[in-house]
Amino acid sequence: MSAPLLEVSNLAVRFDTDEGSVHAVNQVSFTLEEGEALGIVGESGSGKSVTALSIMGLVPTPPGRIEGGSVRFRGRELLGAPERELRRIRGREVAMVYQDPMTSLNPALPVGRQVGEIVRHHLGLDRRQAVERASELLALVGIPNAAGRLGDHPHQFSGGQRQRILIAMALSCDPAVLIADEPTTALDVTVQAQIVELIKELRDRLGMAIIWITHDLGVVAGLVDKITVMYSGYAVEQAPVRELFARPSHPYTVGLLRSLPTFGGQRHRLTPIPGSPPDLSRREDACPFAPRCDWVIEPCRENFPDLASVAPEHDAACHRRDEVRDTPALADATP
Amino acid sequence: MNAANSNGALLEVRDLVKHFPVFGLLRRKVGAVRALDGISLDIRRGETLGLVGESGSGKSTAARTILRLLEPTGGQVIFDGQDITAASRKALRSIRPRMQMVFQDPYASLNPRKTAGSTVIEALEVNRIGTASERRRRVAELFELVGLSPRLRNRYPHEFSGGQRQRIGIARALATEPHFIIADEAISALDVSIQAQIVNLLDDLKQQLELTYLFISHDLSMVRHISDRVAVLYLGKVAELGASQDVWERPLHPYTLALLSAVPVPDPVRESQRERIVLSGDPPDPAAPPSGCRFHTRCAFATDLCHTDEPVLRDLGAPQAPHMVACHHAERIRGSHGTGKGITP
Repeated sequence: MSAPLLEVSNLAVRFDTDEGSVHAVNQVSFTLEEGEALGIVGESGSGKSVTALSIMGLVPTPPGRIEGGSVRFRGRELLGAPERELRRIRGREVAMVYQDPMTSLNPALPVGRQVGEIVRHHLGLDRRQAVERASELLALVGIPNAAGRLGDHPHQFSGGQRQRILIAMALSCDPAVLIADEPTTALDVTVQAQIVELIKELRDRLGMAIIWITHDLGVVAGLVDKITVMYSGYAVEQAPVRELFARPSHPYTVGLLRSLPTFGGQRHRLTPIPGSPPDLSRREDACPFAPRCDWVIEPCRENFPDLASVAPEHDAACHRRDEVRDTPALADATP
Repeated sequence: MNAANSNGALLEVRDLVKHFPVFGLLRRKVGAVRALDGISLDIRRGETLGLVGESGSGKSTAARTILRLLEPTGGQVIFDGQDITAASRKALRSIRPRMQMVFQDPYASLNPRKTAGSTVIEALEVNRIGTASERRRRVAELFELVGLSPRLRNRYPHEFSGGQRQRIGIARALATEPHFIIADEAISALDVSIQAQIVNLLDDLKQQLELTYLFISHDLSMVRHISDRVAVLYLGKVAELGASQDVWERPLHPYTLALLSAVPVPDPVRESQRERIVLSGDPPDPAAPPSGCRFHTRCAFATDLCHTDEPVLRDLGAPQAPHMVACHHAERIRGSHGTGKGITP
């Protein structure tokens, strides 16, 4: 077997702050094959965005610091690679779309120039070719009358259109991997549906691999092939998407599913996860989810469970992973 | 008993209008953003009315105009028999404690320099409720009520998590013993696992204190979960209004159909089999709403009639279960429910 397109192993990232060191990402590993779509799901502070930034080599240093692990793209190590090499990969091979389309665009430049700049830089096109490519790209992402709008500034577009423009910029060099960090969080549900459909369609057409980072299990359910659930900087569960929803094997994943109102089903009382997300500056040997977990037993407070197999291609970091997997997630069963 | 109580309504909104002027050169008024363009709805005692719509639909303007935090351009708001829109400042002062609001952002809506306890005490002081020692006792009670330990009263907002901060916001809203609470995107800024905690808390408080809610959110599945009835707003008008279950299971307005089909389902099997009605384009500019039916520019059902004639809000529900809709083609949509053929123009 050849090397995967992207292979992240044992990634560890730490932020040094006045109040001590925050362990943002701990021993996170996953792989991404050509054309595959991975969802990284987690709440605020779970480390999902820092994981994405590390792949792009964009963790601000200091205060950030990559403590260990490796990120290989087509077999090449990216961690510690010279900035020149990273710059060639970033944007061209691995492209990223961010949450906030307004702050990611330069408000003072026409969008045609912003899209054109990327292809001129990476692909060495001349001015005329760049204009042509820019209008092609804007048409590709569904901006009506694209050629006529190259001279318009970001504020002349709606929020959904600005997100489309960012996607156009990300796609401009035909990347092998598109990393989307909560690209629909700031948008209305109708516009979110448009963007999700657009990404699906582009993926079918262009065959790129996708990493979709979100806090919303619903959004990725119909979009990705597999999911990594993160909690407190750890990958706590990894599985193909259908398996994860059908047989969640980490209590946190079960909790996330049970705190969602079931749409179209009977009205029932929600089952929230008690407590609050943990403070990342304190790292203990215990399982970080233990204080909020219904399944907690003595070993959970003593040592952190490894991310280990519970079924083929399905890993969970829980001492009771087999029992959790065998309990129907949405039934009113308590452990 | 007065007229307002006879139909069980705690709050009546009649043809409420709020326009924001748009100024051009030299501060000359050149137009108006018609944020609310004549909405009418009742909120019954003890119910939760959900309010949904895209950004720019007028949800938050409705909340603020109902509480008269914004002066309405026209129309009436009648709370418990009293016309709020015509009330004097003095009269308002006695009405306000009975209507409260919980805001979206628990980070921005708490004063960072005030302890949690003094934030809640302030609500009592402003309304001249109780003596100093009674107020302190009441704060402890309120903390217990929203699931916070009273020992946390001397902490500052930054020492709390987002969910705890939202609990403080709720305690503050409850301090004056209101009958009616508007929750404007009260759970939107919270993590998924915490949202469910707050929704359950709101549900419990409603039972315990016999509250009435207006629950505003862009999260349709949460609105469905918490609301007895739901109103769908589009560009400052009510497009559809009915019992939550009816609106969700048998929507009559094409806009509601599209909104519902856009909601992601946390189930990969169903999600992959689903047919989506993807709305093309963005909501039009509320400063220049389209002629006729405001939704016609994005509607798959639109005919010539929709371009010229604005549909009125009319009742297509059963005798005991009104289901209001403002669409010329609602009968056709109703006819296709339950045929299993799917709904196509």
